[in-house]
Amino acid sequence: MSATNAPRPLVSFDAVSKRYGSVIAVHTMNLEIYEGEFLAIMGPSGCGKTTSLRMLAGLEEPSEGEIQLDGQRINEISSVERDTPMVWQSLALFPFLNVQKNVEFGLKMRAIPTEERQQRARRWLERLEILELADRDISQLSGGQKQRVALARSLVTEPRILLLDEPLSALDANLVVRMQGVLSRLQKELGITFVYVTHSQSEAFAMSDRVVIMSQGRIEQIGSPKAIYRSPASRFVADFVGANNILSGSVTGTGDALGISTAVGHFLCNPSAAVDYSEADNLDMVISADLVQISMENPTLQNSLRCRFISEEFVGSIVTIFAELEDGSDFKVQARQRDLANMALEEGATFFASWNASDAHLISPNKA
Amino acid sequence: MSMRPPRHFLLRGYVVLVFIFVFTPILTSFIFSVNSDRFPTIPLGHFTTHWYETIFADPDVWDAFRISGIVSISVAILATFIGFCTAYTDYRYNFTGKALYLSLALLPPTIPLVIMGLAMLALLARINMSGEIYSIVVSHVVLCSPFAMAVIRMRLAQIDPDLESAAWNLGASNWRAMGEVIVPFCRPAIASAFLLTAAVSFDEFAVAWFVSGLNKTVPVIILEILQGNTDPQINAIGSIVFITSMTLVILAQLILMRKTINQTAAGI
Repeated sequence: MSATNAPRPLVSFDAVSKRYGSVIAVHTMNLEIYEGEFLAIMGPSGCGKTTSLRMLAGLEEPSEGEIQLDGQRINEISSVERDTPMVWQSLALFPFLNVQKNVEFGLKMRAIPTEERQQRARRWLERLEILELADRDISQLSGGQKQRVALARSLVTEPRILLLDEPLSALDANLVVRMQGVLSRLQKELGITFVYVTHSQSEAFAMSDRVVIMSQGRIEQIGSPKAIYRSPASRFVADFVGANNILSGSVTGTGDALGISTAVGHFLCNPSAAVDYSEADNLDMVISADLVQISMENPTLQNSLRCRFISEEFVGSIVTIFAELEDGSDFKVQARQRDLANMALEEGATFFASWNASDAHLISPNKA
Repeated sequence: MSMRPPRHFLLRGYVVLVFIFVFTPILTSFIFSVNSDRFPTIPLGHFTTHWYETIFADPDVWDAFRISGIVSISVAILATFIGFCTAYTDYRYNFTGKALYLSLALLPPTIPLVIMGLAMLALLARINMSGEIYSIVVSHVVLCSPFAMAVIRMRLAQIDPDLESAAWNLGASNWRAMGEVIVPFCRPAIASAFLLTAAVSFDEFAVAWFVSGLNKTVPVIILEILQGNTDPQINAIGSIVFITSMTLVILAQLILMRKTINQTAAGI
């Protein structure tokens, strides 16, 4: 389900701030989280994403502002009384209890009778395909199995919202992809809200309906993964997400296509409809590395740059080329390995990087 | 890393020497406790349980064991409880004066026992609490709590800080989380602290001698027997005390070690 089908906010942050002494961890945050959506909060470490999640879980109290759950202010409601279970980065499974007892914990605290408790716990173990591990000790489980126990333990109370704090960060790459599938499917089947905190772009983009990008306690951008990838709202987002090249310049001609002059040349760019640009405005032009074409002799598209090849990074079908521009700044190009096979790219070689006017994205520093 | 043989040999020899130095007196005492001769001389006489029979025929000795038993069990319960509370406040809270609080909590074992005994006697006599069994209990609790605290604190240092929050998050109140998560996690350390404090209290002489009055504990009666006559009764009672204390301490170590080994095996 996407946000547009369920426009009712389940959670809202209204100008929420969190201070620790003189340090501001979260700065006047406004955010609505909808019923049934998969929302990822993403940012570098120390950006306030985990603090926001902990405030939602009731483990931290906001210094200012109001958090509402289902239309009710929950600032003063303790974690114990909220049904906002969390999957922890460390998983925080109870090492002295076996798998079944771990999953039953939340029900035991709610004084559910033993028999019902066991049945419900087993149902969740079955759903997560770990029923045969019910009697094992936590120390006997693999990373992926522990993950499933942690999920079952949080979901057993059948909450309307599940909070996940970088739960996959301890797993190896293959397992991460598998667990992403498990989480995505689970969220769609259950139809409940998942709030997923991560610093990993691939995790956030692979699973979520909407992504929130945070930096230094502030929200930089909220949008669909595609919107964030293709139209970053600020220089920070352009830097943090994807493989983007950012050229700073100023407007030299307005019209259907904007003329932009930078330290490395003059380029054309289609302006976004919503913004009025005038002569001499300063702005940043973002060119995604995967929209750039490479050629050795002549440029193939409208805008082009001369680059000097430095190195390449080969990760399978896609190759990232690191190059240097005339003014010494870096430029990245991503291309399919197949397309580069017959090019003589070696250190010091020069080539043309070119792109369409419609593929560059503009960010006005004052608007960000 | 493998050591070169000569050095290896020397080190082994050194360790054996240290053990001989530590255990010979105790072993000697044990041997003479089952020797028929009145005086510890070589060659030995024949094997006998006479000296054990003599001390167990003495009602004063029975009384001393009874008192020591009551005292060490009460001390173990109280000191472990207090030690746990102190260790938990240290783990959980930050407050001004915490360093002072902790150094006060760990202070008692650094005070010379004679001074401690004298001070306890002076205080307890002034408030009319000296010379009773509970006087010994009170004094020993002061002495033993820091040991319990140290053992439990070590365990709390290994806890995943998210564990308690996870319990709250799943609907456990503060007290519930304490009972369902913190205490079970610390259980091996709590058992170990219990045994250790029982052993310290059972062994302790100086403070007990000052505050016990007519309620003599085992170490106090040993001194009394020693002053009256010198025969292997002393060796017999000494061996019993040694075995009791060692059993408690070794059990405490085993409980702690088993937990650590399990966790190492699990790759934590």
